[in-house]
Amino acid sequence: MILVLVAVCAPLGNTCLAKGMTGLPQLSLAHLLPLFAASFTPWVILGIALLIGFFASYLTALSWADLSYVMLATAWGNVLVELLSHFYLHEPVSSQRWLGVALITLGVGFVAPGPSRTEHVATEPALVEKGPTR
Amino acid sequence: MNPGAPHVLPPSFWATAAMIAAVVLSSTAGEVLTAAAMKSIGDLDEIRARSGLKGAIVAVLTCPLFFAGIFFMAVAFFALLFTLNHLNLGLAGPATASLTVVTNAIAAKLFLKENVDRRRWTAAVLICVGVYFLAH
Repeated sequence: MILVLVAVCAPLGNTCLAKGMTGLPQLSLAHLLPLFAASFTPWVILGIALLIGFFASYLTALSWADLSYVMLATAWGNVLVELLSHFYLHEPVSSQRWLGVALITLGVGFVAPGPSRTEHVATEPALVEKGPTR
Repeated sequence: MNPGAPHVLPPSFWATAAMIAAVVLSSTAGEVLTAAAMKSIGDLDEIRARSGLKGAIVAVLTCPLFFAGIFFMAVAFFALLFTLNHLNLGLAGPATASLTVVTNAIAAKLFLKENVDRRRWTAAVLICVGVYFLAH
């Protein structure tokens, strides 16, 4: 469930941010104030809310799994967005995009069944509890 | 790009590469530092079962590495906003998303000493190419 939340919230949040930012006039390094003002537009606020949900579930996942596992296993969120846009919004999906869906699905299929956490071997030999000397 | 904005020259190759690199590197630094923080804290589900939600929040907020990770993630966020404002989503989206997959796997192996085995490398390459195709 946690990995599902990580996978779904991130791509949806980024899409909302992109939609919000592309509607604004060009920004420059000399005038960064509009960049902060942009954080209060509706699409950017929705994007930020989704990314907060992503971050809470992401932190929980990282507390019991490797970064390289969480990052790869949750990549199918991109596929989910693509499938929703095709079957729910009836948007056309090019053959190149279907190839992307297939590659990501294959990649997640590779990593998901594997171990989620690296068990580090202790650098010092474990202390063996000895019984009383008789 | 804003269709109503006056016509401006597209950024040069080096400016484009610098903007994408800034997003990818700051994002990777943020994720590695955050992962290191969560590893040092331990399983959040166990902490929540033992000390409640407040205990879990305190455990996260008293970890300095967590704030270092947040700082770099904030840098990545504003770098992404800046980049999306200057580059087409069709270029910035796939480039940053796919490169971050690979740089995270490399950084996880180098700095977090994770066991990024052949299975994970294969998955990283497949997902990197897949995300590029999907977002392009």
